[in-house]
Amino acid sequence: MINRSVYEHYIALNKREYSSVELTKAYLEQIEKKDKKTGAFITVTADGALDAAKKYDEGKCRKSVLAGIPVAIKDNICTKGIKTTCASKILQDFIPPYDAFVIEKLKAEGAVIMGKTNMDEFGMGSTTEKSVYGATRNPLDYNRVPGGSSGGSAAAIAENEVAYALGSDTGGSVRQPAAFCGLVGMKTTYGSVSRYGLVAYASSLEQICPLSRTVMDNALALNGIVGHDRRDSTSVCRKYSDFTIGIKDGVKGLKIGIPKEFFSIGINESIKTAVWLAAKEYEKMGAELVDVSLPNLNSVLPAYYILSCAEASSNLARYDGIRYGYRTDDYISIEELYRKSRSEGFGWEVKKRIMLGTMVLSAEYHNQYYKKALKVKNNIKTEFNNVFDKCQIIIAPVSPSVAYKIGGSENPMRDYLDDIYTVPANMAGIPALSLPCGVGEEEMPIGMQLIGPAFSEALLYRAGYAYENRGKAGDI
Amino acid sequence: MISNYEMVVGLEVHVELKTETKIFCSCSTAFGAEPNTQVCPVCMGMPGTLPVLNEKVVEYAVKAGIATNCSITRNSKQDRKNYFYPDLPKAYQISQFDLPLCQNGYLDIETEQGTKRIGITRIHIEEDAGKLIHDLEKGTMIDCNRCGVPLIEIVSEPDIRSAQEAKAYVQKLRTVMLYAGVSDCKMNEGSLRCDVNLSVRRKGDNNFGVRTEMKNINSFQFIGKAIEYEFSRQVEAIERGEPIIQETRRFDADDGKTYSMRLKESLSDYRYFPEPDLCPIVLSEEYINEVKKTIPTLPDERKAIYIKKYNLSKSDGEVLTSDIAIADYFECAAEKTAYPKLVANMIQAEIMAVTETDNFKCNINPEHMAALADMAGENIINSATVKKLIKRMWEKDFDPVRVVEEEKLQQINDESAILEWVEKAIAENPKSVADYKKGKITAAKAVIGKVMAASGGKANPIIVQKLVERELGKI
Repeated sequence: MINRSVYEHYIALNKREYSSVELTKAYLEQIEKKDKKTGAFITVTADGALDAAKKYDEGKCRKSVLAGIPVAIKDNICTKGIKTTCASKILQDFIPPYDAFVIEKLKAEGAVIMGKTNMDEFGMGSTTEKSVYGATRNPLDYNRVPGGSSGGSAAAIAENEVAYALGSDTGGSVRQPAAFCGLVGMKTTYGSVSRYGLVAYASSLEQICPLSRTVMDNALALNGIVGHDRRDSTSVCRKYSDFTIGIKDGVKGLKIGIPKEFFSIGINESIKTAVWLAAKEYEKMGAELVDVSLPNLNSVLPAYYILSCAEASSNLARYDGIRYGYRTDDYISIEELYRKSRSEGFGWEVKKRIMLGTMVLSAEYHNQYYKKALKVKNNIKTEFNNVFDKCQIIIAPVSPSVAYKIGGSENPMRDYLDDIYTVPANMAGIPALSLPCGVGEEEMPIGMQLIGPAFSEALLYRAGYAYENRGKAGDI
Repeated sequence: MISNYEMVVGLEVHVELKTETKIFCSCSTAFGAEPNTQVCPVCMGMPGTLPVLNEKVVEYAVKAGIATNCSITRNSKQDRKNYFYPDLPKAYQISQFDLPLCQNGYLDIETEQGTKRIGITRIHIEEDAGKLIHDLEKGTMIDCNRCGVPLIEIVSEPDIRSAQEAKAYVQKLRTVMLYAGVSDCKMNEGSLRCDVNLSVRRKGDNNFGVRTEMKNINSFQFIGKAIEYEFSRQVEAIERGEPIIQETRRFDADDGKTYSMRLKESLSDYRYFPEPDLCPIVLSEEYINEVKKTIPTLPDERKAIYIKKYNLSKSDGEVLTSDIAIADYFECAAEKTAYPKLVANMIQAEIMAVTETDNFKCNINPEHMAALADMAGENIINSATVKKLIKRMWEKDFDPVRVVEEEKLQQINDESAILEWVEKAIAENPKSVADYKKGKITAAKAVIGKVMAASGGKANPIIVQKLVERELGKI
């Protein structure tokens, strides 16, 4: 039963085919069996999960779609009374006295929280190797990475350790792991899911996002966490309708843009072909393909790193060893306490980005880097707006390559450059759905992205569902 | 030598706004609570928490801006000011950098040379930091109660040229903030704190010298002392041919001197950037007008009215408007009497002498005060009676007209009656009379005193004086 989708569990639980406790136990057994190898979890909350499952079985919680079904949470999302480490030594023992907004929502839905998943430290990375807890492995090939930074969440699903999971996406951290593990990941519109309780990396770019096995599951999961929260000032106050409404309506007449820039930069041939073929499938289903262009795509990636590192340098400054988190043993002055706690508590990648961010914000470089990057961010928004005058959604690859070999990152620039297709949606604040579109080298999955204007999640799910279920009888 | 130089002073005044809750969370802002009892994950800067702007803070800052003649920025934003310090939980302060809420204002102050206008560059909102408590045994502890208490920083133009002007400016600023009702401005509780920027230059020179900054000076007296010390220190350094270093200096209240702090602190780069967790602050014209309506008439305007309408002197106007409670009280009483000038005198001489500074509270119904002024003005009671009545009314308020009637406290203007007392007093006080005759004019006062006492304090003192002098002259 553990390889079933959220939707299938929902049906089965309702028919009492199995109980939530039975389901939860089955997943816990799988974690027990597999996770030593996979390393998807940092913390497994078996007791809490079983309590929640029991509550469901005893009818003590809402019978919502997500009720009674196990979910995993990326370890940068605060969970009351449960360690939230961001896979960093500096927060290794941090237990938040509060839940993130999304956790409150999930608990209210009756979800069964299985634990906290591994990630690149503070979300900085795209392989889930840069964790103080060690690398997470890709369940489809243990010698490969699951992608990152939400690699633990993706691996947990791919390993059948949970039905779905939450991750966070700052520059592709949900969509790329989805692509690497053959899953579905939605980077939601900036402001649609509250960031309250998400440990900040780059505040203006990131969102908490669902990862799942199917498009339908993803829509169901997003239903559970979306919504206005007055504790997040960037949370948009609007009403969200059920994302599954009209999900099976198909793509007839849908105008899909093909931005040529997304198919030209250092992309692996098999991936290019797979996305092209997917576009052709859409055409067969009645969609119309149009050529579009985002001429300044090349400047988006450096601007993204400038902005994300700038914000990170400020967001991570609070980890100073004073109030909580790691503190060095040996110091004689406050400066030394700061310096040593931070030097010992942060990993190399985090330190690198903090230094980069500190530099681009310094008086000397502010105009040259930070200000310019902000301009690029505004420009890309305009470029996307122009594109969405010509088409309703865009189709694009997620990553220039399939999942990398573990330890293969000899050139740190590769990881940075590989964000090129995912970063634009974060910079523009618009939604992007990552879903599988075939297999590439050594049978590793390939992902494609459907990108739409702000708050077009329902449309993206509809298009994603159509592709995922193409050729299937009945439903479509 | 020092007279060849002038000081150029600009002030940065931090004013704590008296909102019920903090700027970005709902913790209380009350002063003096047990350490770390008014904190939450947001003001403690815990991971994943986010600020939500308290709208009252914007309203109060806009009020402060309007009250200081600033233009209000319709589209402003908040920025992060990054620096490490143990009392700053997020390691950045949410403040405003290039788009402050209020800009280009001024305040007029009274100086010996007349009215002087001090420019206000900007007013911005920001959060306060916590407090470090140094304990010899336990080490340094942090109290985060103050973290996130809302502040406005009011930055003046470098228009100030003397310690007096600086004090007058801060005094005026404080008065205006109290009028606007945005802060209790208690310097001893730190709700009004002053940073002084000072440089010197030769008189007639138009260029600025290198300035030093003295932070967190917390009394009017210290502001004056710090400025005077720093001025002569800089002049002496220049005369010796030493350069002035741009730095932060600490004012030591014990010896009245300023001391250099580590250079590092004044060279910090705060790496300002727009706060991504908060939206821009967009204010409509209607909003600004609504706020404007809630501001009471300000001291300058009231002073002008007092001078014109009530015929008060400039200095009376100055005193009566120095505190909105005094001004409101005065206006209430002045409206109900034909002798507002007498009310002004009574408030200054009798009431302000017994009420706390900064906390004017008058137990006497302003209508009763007006009645008292009327009786005094109409010569029904004399000034001694006024004094006595005020003292009694302060203890327990009553209608003075009734009491004057009941107790027959009316002034005695009957010259023949008074003359009897005068003659008796002269007869009974030969020593005073002899002194007077020897040329000791003041000896007449003793006789006058006897006459007043004989009349039960009710004789018209002017008539008494006239008759005493006349009768003494006859001897």
